[in-house]
Amino acid sequence: MATLTQKERMKIPRQDMPVQTPEDRVRNFSEVALGYTLEMAKMEAERCLQCKDPHCMEGCPVEVRIPEFIQAVRDGDMAEAVKIMKSKNNLPAICGRVCPQEVQCEARCILGKKGEPVAIGRIERFVGDYELANKTLEMTKEAPTGKKVAICGSGPAGITCAVDLARLGHEVTIFESLHTPGGVLVYGIPEFRLPKESVIKAEIETAAKALSIRILTDYIIGRTLTIDELQAEYDAIFLGTGAGLPMFMRIPGINFNGVMSANEFLTRCNLMKGYRFPEFDTPVKVGKKVAVIGAGNVAMDAARSSKRLQSLTAGANGQSGAEVHIVYRRSSAEVPARLEEVHHAKEEGVIFDFLTNPVEILSDEKNAVRAMRCIRMELGEPDQSGRRSPVPIKGSEFDMEVDQVIFALGTSPNPLVFTNAAGLERSKWGTVVANTDNGRTTLKGIWAGGDVVTGAATVISAMGAGKRAAADIDRFLKGEFDWQS
Amino acid sequence: MYRILEKQVLSDVTKLMVVEAPQVARKARAGQFIIVLMHDQGERIPLTIADYDRTAGTITLIFQEVGKSTKEMGTMNVGDSFTHVVGPLGHHTDIENYGEIICVGGGVGIAPIYPIARELKEAGNRVTSIIGARTKELLLWEDKMRAVSDELIVTTDDGSYGRKDLVTTPLKEILDGRPGQIKKIWAIGPAIMMKFVAMTTQPYKVPTIVSLNTIMIDGTGMCGGCRVVLDDGAQFVCVDGPEFDGHKVDWNNLLSRLAFYRPEEQAAVQRFEKDHECKLDRAIANGVK
Repeated sequence: MATLTQKERMKIPRQDMPVQTPEDRVRNFSEVALGYTLEMAKMEAERCLQCKDPHCMEGCPVEVRIPEFIQAVRDGDMAEAVKIMKSKNNLPAICGRVCPQEVQCEARCILGKKGEPVAIGRIERFVGDYELANKTLEMTKEAPTGKKVAICGSGPAGITCAVDLARLGHEVTIFESLHTPGGVLVYGIPEFRLPKESVIKAEIETAAKALSIRILTDYIIGRTLTIDELQAEYDAIFLGTGAGLPMFMRIPGINFNGVMSANEFLTRCNLMKGYRFPEFDTPVKVGKKVAVIGAGNVAMDAARSSKRLQSLTAGANGQSGAEVHIVYRRSSAEVPARLEEVHHAKEEGVIFDFLTNPVEILSDEKNAVRAMRCIRMELGEPDQSGRRSPVPIKGSEFDMEVDQVIFALGTSPNPLVFTNAAGLERSKWGTVVANTDNGRTTLKGIWAGGDVVTGAATVISAMGAGKRAAADIDRFLKGEFDWQS
Repeated sequence: MYRILEKQVLSDVTKLMVVEAPQVARKARAGQFIIVLMHDQGERIPLTIADYDRTAGTITLIFQEVGKSTKEMGTMNVGDSFTHVVGPLGHHTDIENYGEIICVGGGVGIAPIYPIARELKEAGNRVTSIIGARTKELLLWEDKMRAVSDELIVTTDDGSYGRKDLVTTPLKEILDGRPGQIKKIWAIGPAIMMKFVAMTTQPYKVPTIVSLNTIMIDGTGMCGGCRVVLDDGAQFVCVDGPEFDGHKVDWNNLLSRLAFYRPEEQAAVQRFEKDHECKLDRAIANGVK
């Protein structure tokens, strides 16, 4: 393409990404968004104005050199695009899919002021997928330093930290409690948003192999090994153990059959591949009327997975009368999930019940859920989070007929990790106290980052924390500073 | 990979396996459990540790073939490997010198009660053990239990060996016969047996510890599927247990939760057995002996 003027670039419409239609995709667990073709990626890249003072990068927790990689895509030099990308982000196929770009890089794009921002996330995904298919870049590592680092957890924070440290020549071992590396990317996020084999496994394995990172699955920190044992053997420890503990509401009936955490439901689906039962041995049940409590990304994942399971169990004709509800105590304006997820859920037929809060779960004679008693809410004064807090409307109770209730109310760090870790300070929420700039905890030689520090947050913020900790660990191992928390 | 080093057929449906898992063996204590994943399409199966050998780096597992996965596991042999073994999980038994105690093991539950009885004996307790099964065929480790007990009572439901009784009958006799002497009771076996043991001991107010084996996935507190309802709220079997005060457990809730996936389990078993028979038929047709 001939060089365009800025005016011409601004006339190019934002390139849509092909997706499976809602009718098709509720019948399978395959990826919803199909990705750009090279032509689409180049066309979208043409929209970038290559600002002299780009703001997009300020929105990126890992400081991807956005205008540069977009320029390389525009030039059709994919190898160069990959190289630029991977200088900052080793997991672009993952980030391109799950980062909330609309509130990060794309929110700062100058084009967004008058029209639509450059689809940075979609181009990033294209670059990541291109590299997984073509393997243009040989990841190199610096000469061995002889220093050993233990990374606890193989989720986004741990993997990012591990890769950065391995590239700097340190000997890195990752301990993962589950049987598959990836953490929340594997057990939490559904296949239809983030393919497990072709993306996560491929991206993690490529990096681990190229950089000789040892990944030990089946190691539960706190049980199989404790932090004090790691301290004796490693020069530095990074805790990226996430926030794995589910929360339940304190209402009567939460232990009836058919009531579960989103963690359980999604782990059965994603990690254990329950949607392919009996080909895979772990079953997952879906009700005819499912209520998902909460409206975050995890709630959307659970609701959309439920829709799919309902169609799959009903066969090709769909299940008549099957419903999936999102039940949320605040209004649509306060929904914490990404807009795109809400949009997809609505397209797929998920019903949203706003300003509604469960007060009790009711069972039949067999101890199985038959209904959920709810109360209507109205918005009152803003609370500490700045959002208007929901207040129950007296006498507005009603029964909702459901046979499955999934709680997606957030998660907190698993305290198991902290067995034999005296001196490691934690907040009243159970999260590890760590310096946000460098990840240092209150114990010398131990860093932490990601959900274990912040509570459940985003993949990219965890990656950012992993990156900052890696840089600090490297300086520490090179003796560039004396430890101060 | 976790290699099977030894396999014993204890009964038609009960198998013992010694498995190479040094990182588990070095930490294992009586009362804890592990999770096995046979292969990449398998389930995560929680099994109580029946024994361990720190020097050899092995753990001993005993399981009864009840579902698809345990039936499949029963077909595995020495030299085969599990793709994953993780643990040790849960809290270990609080071993101390209580004085006079009773260990009750039912069916395949005799296996996990064994290391507990052994350690309690080593700690100086006077150990009375009651082991029972439906039939003589399903009884296991009588010798080992005898070796770590001051007194051993054996029962079978059908009277094919030992006393023709449920384990609760001799248990009640001891509690009546030695009032105030029994300081603590451990019971491991089918949920229904543990329920009746707890009901039997409740009037005597003797603390009764049961080891629960509920449905779970990760075993680290992540899924919450294993939750058990106690008098004072729900707890997770995987991280808060597996041992609980039997007098506080809501047994009806527990039994109904255990049955939640029964239709799926039955379908899986049928499918597995059909598949297995087909393979056997084919093998016979092909002239394999």
